[in-house]
Amino acid sequence: MALTTDEVRSIAHLARIGLDEARLSELATDLSTVLELVEQMNSVDTTGVEPMAHPGSSGLRLRADAVTEENRREALQAPAPSAEDGYFLVPRVIE
Amino acid sequence: MSTELHTLTLAGMQSAMQAGEVSSRELVDHSLQRIEAVNPEINAFLQVDTDGARQAADAADAVRSAGHAGPLTGLPMAHKDIFCTEGLKTTCGSRMLENFVAPYNATVVDRLNQAGMVMVGKANMDEFAMGSSNENSYFGAVGNPWNPEFVPGGSSGGSAAAVAARLVPAATATDTGGSIRQPAAFCGITGIKPTYGRVSRYGMIAFASSLDQGGVVAATAEDCALMLTAMSGFDERDSTSADVAVPDFSAGLNESIKGLRIGLPAQYFGNGLDAAVGDAVHAAVKELEALGAIVSEVELPNQHLCIPAYYVVAPAEASSNLSRFDGVRFGHRCDNPADLEDLYKRSRGEGFGAEVVRRIMIGTYTLSTGYYDAYYKKAQQIRRLISDDFDKAFESVDVVLGPTTPTTAFKRGAKTDDPVAMYLNDLYTVSANLSGLPGLSMPCGLVDGLPVGVQLVGRAFDEARILSVAHQFQQVTDWHQKMPASV
Repeated sequence: MALTTDEVRSIAHLARIGLDEARLSELATDLSTVLELVEQMNSVDTTGVEPMAHPGSSGLRLRADAVTEENRREALQAPAPSAEDGYFLVPRVIE
Repeated sequence: MSTELHTLTLAGMQSAMQAGEVSSRELVDHSLQRIEAVNPEINAFLQVDTDGARQAADAADAVRSAGHAGPLTGLPMAHKDIFCTEGLKTTCGSRMLENFVAPYNATVVDRLNQAGMVMVGKANMDEFAMGSSNENSYFGAVGNPWNPEFVPGGSSGGSAAAVAARLVPAATATDTGGSIRQPAAFCGITGIKPTYGRVSRYGMIAFASSLDQGGVVAATAEDCALMLTAMSGFDERDSTSADVAVPDFSAGLNESIKGLRIGLPAQYFGNGLDAAVGDAVHAAVKELEALGAIVSEVELPNQHLCIPAYYVVAPAEASSNLSRFDGVRFGHRCDNPADLEDLYKRSRGEGFGAEVVRRIMIGTYTLSTGYYDAYYKKAQQIRRLISDDFDKAFESVDVVLGPTTPTTAFKRGAKTDDPVAMYLNDLYTVSANLSGLPGLSMPCGLVDGLPVGVQLVGRAFDEARILSVAHQFQQVTDWHQKMPASV
């Protein structure tokens, strides 16, 4: 199916990616081509086929609900663009 | 012997060290010199850790002097820049992570460090491992050492080019839809993507979590076996890590392939396959038959749906995984954000390259309300059919064989304007990711001076088998010994 520039604008918003108008119309073409490719899936009837989310069938492993990691807050926060007193800083969200 | 050092394999370097002919420090210094001389032309390395490598080499030599050397002690290697290295930048080929220094090592990095390998640097790659030509790296394209006007393949193009140019004897790599096997084929080297769950994904930056798998590229199957043995095994820190015993992959290499049943899927030799590539693959089949393998045809009837299903599953998982790059906790942040939404949108818009944006957008769309059943669920059902096809094939054969790629390497820029043409490079490789099976590519010919790869796909956790088939092939052929003229 062919996507319109407006639809692409709305997808970009959902994905929180800022794009200028020229990019939006380019993407409308590119993404429509990709969707055309993936719609070849419709050539086969999959009624009743169990979806496969993951290779292997062992299921998710559980572990004991116990502390396993040491506190490394400073090291883990070091790559943050802006952090202070253990908090990540962002523009004010509550007036 | 210093001018010849770089043409040795990992196994050859290890023997030379054991015989006292060379030290780890000499091997590492030689590798560093070659990177300095050759890398400006091919751009395979994003970062070289000269001091760290020399220290690790000296430490390895001390371990050897003390009599404690293992099979990998002191051998130089490179990590794809998708594996987190504590204290050293890990960019994933993206502007988003241009200055990111990971606070911990990937499990693969820890394991190879513990085995005594010496990392000389980080290899270039397509941004977030999305690409088949290494032209999507924010830090510039990589040249194929066989001819720098051609692409090395991707996304592990830096790893493959570094090994093909003999800058390092081996490198880590990752494979989500062919990203180890396709560049190995284009660069004339051997590469293995193990079974899903075999190698820990902890600290390996995620693209599509149900498909991503770490592995290795090297000159020979013997070298791949050496490294894979050290990299593999259960890891508590990866929730999908397989708790399956790891054999010594080197120990089984000499097993005879007499009576081995090889299946050729008709669907791998049809439309889209370059005739000369097909001829080289058929010649490889003849060699294996001469070694006693029994060849028959198998059917993979849903093969034509692999690429369509993959381009739903992979972007969907990518859109979810890459939501973590929000300009808040790590990675690029835009200047002077007006509010939180502006911070997210501009940081991501500036930080991600064109292909990454395309895939996040496809994933966002196919997962959005009202489209889930038509795309994601449908793709997962097709994934099941593809996996069932392999199960059926493995009832009558031990290994599935075909070309790794439809063509040899293409010229830089030839496919950058057409995403779908680029995606078709992975025509024969994505099925192993969708089904989680191990796949290996090894060189089997040259067409117009460019390498051809043949792919072996094995049963789940049967890497030992495909490695031994490749090793036996490499005992009677010399394609793996061919090097670019510049080497």
